[in-house]
Amino acid sequence: MGMHSITVTVNGEKEYLEVPSHMTLLQMLREKLAITGPKNGCSAGECGACTVLLDGEPVNSCMVLAVEVDGHEVVTVEGLAKEGQLTPLQQAFIEHNAVQCGFCTPGMLISAEALLKRNPHPTEEEIKEALVGNLCRCTGYIRIIRAVQTAAEKGGA
Amino acid sequence: MMAEFSSVGKNVPRVDVFEKVTGSAIYADDRQFGAGLYYGRLVRSPYAHALIKKIDVSKALEVPGVKAVVTGKDFPGRIGLYLVDRPIFAADRVRYVGDPVAGVVAVSEEIAEEAARLVEVEYEELPAVFDPLEAIKPDAPLLHPDLGSYKVAPFIHPVPGTNISEHFKLRRGDVESAWSQCAAIVEEEFRLPQIQHVPIETHVAVAIWEPSGEVTLWTSSQSPFAQRDLIAQSLGIPHGNLRVISPYVGGGFGGKAGVSIEVYAVAMARAVMGHPVKLRMTREEEFVGTTVRQSLVAHVKVGCDADGNLLAMEVSYYFGGGAYNDYGVNIARAAGYSCTGPYYIPNVKGDSYCVYTNQPIGSAMRGFGMPEIHWGLEQAMDQLAEKIGMDPVEFRRRNCVKTGQIIATGMTMPNVDLVACIDKVAKAVNWGKKEPPSAPHKKRGKGLAIMWKAPAMPPNPGSSAIVRFNEDATVNVEIGAQELGQGAFTVAAQIAAEALGVPYDWVRVSAPIDTKYSPYEWQTVASRITWSMGNAVKAAAEDAKRQILELVAEHWDEDPEDLDIKDGKVISYKSERELSLKGLVVYGLPNEDFEGWKGGPIVGRGKFMPTYVTSLDPETGQGTRAVVHYTVGAQAVDLEVDTETGQVEIIKIASAYDVGKAINPDLVLTQIEGGAVHGMSSTFEALKFDEKGRPLNPSFVDYRIATAADIPKEIHGDIVETPLEDGPWGARGIGEHVMVQTAPAIANAIYNAIGVRFNELPLSAEKIFMAMREKEE
Repeated sequence: MGMHSITVTVNGEKEYLEVPSHMTLLQMLREKLAITGPKNGCSAGECGACTVLLDGEPVNSCMVLAVEVDGHEVVTVEGLAKEGQLTPLQQAFIEHNAVQCGFCTPGMLISAEALLKRNPHPTEEEIKEALVGNLCRCTGYIRIIRAVQTAAEKGGA
Repeated sequence: MMAEFSSVGKNVPRVDVFEKVTGSAIYADDRQFGAGLYYGRLVRSPYAHALIKKIDVSKALEVPGVKAVVTGKDFPGRIGLYLVDRPIFAADRVRYVGDPVAGVVAVSEEIAEEAARLVEVEYEELPAVFDPLEAIKPDAPLLHPDLGSYKVAPFIHPVPGTNISEHFKLRRGDVESAWSQCAAIVEEEFRLPQIQHVPIETHVAVAIWEPSGEVTLWTSSQSPFAQRDLIAQSLGIPHGNLRVISPYVGGGFGGKAGVSIEVYAVAMARAVMGHPVKLRMTREEEFVGTTVRQSLVAHVKVGCDADGNLLAMEVSYYFGGGAYNDYGVNIARAAGYSCTGPYYIPNVKGDSYCVYTNQPIGSAMRGFGMPEIHWGLEQAMDQLAEKIGMDPVEFRRRNCVKTGQIIATGMTMPNVDLVACIDKVAKAVNWGKKEPPSAPHKKRGKGLAIMWKAPAMPPNPGSSAIVRFNEDATVNVEIGAQELGQGAFTVAAQIAAEALGVPYDWVRVSAPIDTKYSPYEWQTVASRITWSMGNAVKAAAEDAKRQILELVAEHWDEDPEDLDIKDGKVISYKSERELSLKGLVVYGLPNEDFEGWKGGPIVGRGKFMPTYVTSLDPETGQGTRAVVHYTVGAQAVDLEVDTETGQVEIIKIASAYDVGKAINPDLVLTQIEGGAVHGMSSTFEALKFDEKGRPLNPSFVDYRIATAADIPKEIHGDIVETPLEDGPWGARGIGEHVMVQTAPAIANAIYNAIGVRFNELPLSAEKIFMAMREKEE
C-alpha cells in the first residue's frame, strides 16, 4: 500500500498529509482531518452528501482520490461561514426551514454555493438541475429551492 | 380567558439549525475514536432459505489485521421487540439473502471486508417463499418451525406450525346479511411491494465492551432506550451497564426504530474488549440488509346503499413480513384494528396477517401499515362512489369518521375534524372544476384520498423529562426523544419555554440522547413525541414553575396563586411586584436581613404515560379503547399524464391534517411538504428480486428516489386544529401521516385523467403507457 505526501489547502488552512493510494478525498477529510461536515451516503457518487468544492467546482469527494488534490484547494461546509458569520445561503436555509435531519445539508449548501457563484440569478429550473445530484429524503426539496432563490435575491452565495 | 401564547404556536427557528448549516452537527459516524478503533463487517447469506451445515472461520482469522470473527455459536440468544424471533447471528438456518451469519472485526474496513469473503459457510439450500399468499398455504416451506416456542407480547397472536406470525381479527355487526342491503359493492385485490426508507445516512453503530463489563453503544437510532432494553436482554447485560448514546439521526422514517444492526456491533465488541468497533452499513446493505417496508396483498370488499352510506366491509390483509417479524407483527395488528380506514362502517369483518417470507426484514416505516392498507381502501372508495354516481368528495364527507362515533373496535372516536381537512384540500385543487391540460397529448385529472392513523405501540409507552435552570435562568431541557429532523428538540424547547414563562431562546435541549443521563423515552416512533414527550416536558416545566412560585410567594409573603412567570420574571398580579429569575433559580433567596436562605437549584421533573388503553378481544378485536387517539387528514392531487410517454407530471399536491394544535406551524408544514414528496416518490419505488430472492436494485441508480427535478409544481399544506383531549395545548404528532394516502390520491387522479385503474404498486411511466394502449385496443 503506497503512501503519498500531499499538500492541500482545506478551508483556507494548508495541510501536509500522508495518504494511502486508495484513500478518497472524503476519507481524508473525515478520518485524517476530522472534518466531518461532508457525509458518506453511498460511497458511489450518487447521493451528493459528500459534495465539496475542489478549486471552486462541486465534486463528490467520495469519487476523488486524496492524492489527486495535492496542490489544490478544497472547501467544505465548515469553510462557508467566516468567523461565525453565516453566508446568505446558510441564512436562507435557516429562514426557510430548509433543514430537517441535516444529513444532506452540507452537500446541498456546497452545490448551491457553486451554482450561485457561476450563475447569480438562476431560474427555478436551473436550481433544480444544479441540485439534482443531491438527494434529500426529508424536505421534499421545496424549501431548499426557495432558500436558494432567496439567497440569490439577496445578492449571491 | 385564553392566555396569549409566547412560544407555542410560533414559527421560532429550529434549535438544531445553526449546527446543521455549519457542518458542526455530529452524527454517529462523525465521532472520532482514534487509533484504537476497529471495524466490523457482516458475512451475509447468499441464499434466501438454507440450512447452515458448517462455518469455517480459520482462513478469515489468518488475514493480517483481523482481530476476531464471531458467529451464532458465540451468541445463542434471540432478539425482538414484540416477538422474539431473530437470532443474533443465524446459526442453523438462514431466511433471506443477506441474513448475517458471522461478523468479522479488523483494523480497517477494507481488511474486514476482505476477511469476510474468506469465511466459509456450507449451506443446504431449502425451498423459499416470497409471496405472502404462497407462504400461508399448508405445504409452504416453513421459515420458523419453532414459532410456538418464541416469547411474544400478550397482544400478538402467532399461529405456530404456519408462517403466520400475527393474525388480528376484527368482527363487528353482521357482514353477510349486510351485503344484500347494498346497492353497490366493490371487490378488488390490491398489491404493493417491499420498499425501503432510504435515509441519506445509512445505519452506523459503534460499540465498546469494557473489561469491567460496561458497554457503550453509539448509534444512529430512533430508539436508544428500546435498544438498551432489547440488547441488554438478548446479550445478558444488566441494563445499568449498557449505555446507548445517540447523536443526531440522518433520517429515520422508522428504519432506525427498534434494533437492527446495532446488536451486531455490540456482539463483535465483546470479542475485542476495550476496543470500539464500528459497523457501518453500505448503501447496498441499507437497502436490503437493515429493514424495509412490508409488502402487502389486500382483498377489499366494500358496499354502500343507494344514498352512498357505507354498510359493510370485508378485508383481508396479508403482509409479506420478510424473514423476521419481531416488529412487523405489530404493523399487521395496527392494520387490523384500523382496517376500515377513516370511515364509519356498521358491519365489518377484518383479518390482518403478518406472514414470514424469505425476504429482507419487514419493519416499521413512516405510516406503519397505513400507507399499505390505504392504497387499496382509498381506490375502492372512489370506485364505490363512481358506481352509485356520487362525487368522491361528497362520498367521503358523508362516510368519514366523526368525533363521538363508535368505530369498528368499539372505541369512541376522539376529537378530530376530517371533514374540514377534506374541504380544504378540495378547495385547494378547485375540485369539480375541469381544467385543461397543458398540451394536446396530455390528459389532466384530479384525485383525492383521506387517511387515519393511530400511534401503534404497547398500551403503556412512557415519556419523561427534566427541566434544570442555570445561574442566568437559561434552561436545560432533558429528554430522551430523538431529533430525526422532524423538530422534536425545537418542540421540546417551545413547550418548556411556554410552560415556564421564559423566552424561547433561553432554552437549551440536552443532547446527544444518552441513556445514562437522559430521562426515559420509549421510542421516537408512531408520531407520539409531540404529544407524549410534549406532555412530559410540560409537566416538568410546570413542576419547576411551581417550585419557583412557592419560593417567591414565601419571600413576598403572598399566595402562589397570585403569582406568575412572564418573560423570565416572577410577577404578582396582586402586589404588582416583579423579580427576575436570574440567580434565584440556582442560589435561592435570602431571608430578611440575610438571616439564612431559602430555595436552591430548581429541577423540575415530569412524566407522561397513557393509562387508558385496554386489551382487545382476540376473536373480535372489540374493546373499550384500542388506541390512544387518531390523527386524520386528506390529500388532493392535480396531475397530467403524457399519453405519448406515460409520464405523470404532478401539478399540485394539497394536504390538510388535523394536528390538534400546531406547536410550530411552519415545522408542521415542512412535514406535510416533505411527506407529500416522500409519498409521491414511494408510488414509483420497489425493491426487486430475482427468482432466488436475490436483490436486483439495491443502489441509488437502480432504486430511484425523488430528486429536486421530480417534485410537484406546487405543494400546498393546510393545518386544521381540533384540540386533542390529552395533548399539550391539544397537540398531536404529524410525522407519519403525511404520506399515508399520497399513492392512492395519485392513482385516483390518474384514473380521472385516463380512465385506467392500477391495483398494484409501483407505478411507472411504462406501466401507465402500456395500460393506456391496452385500453385503446
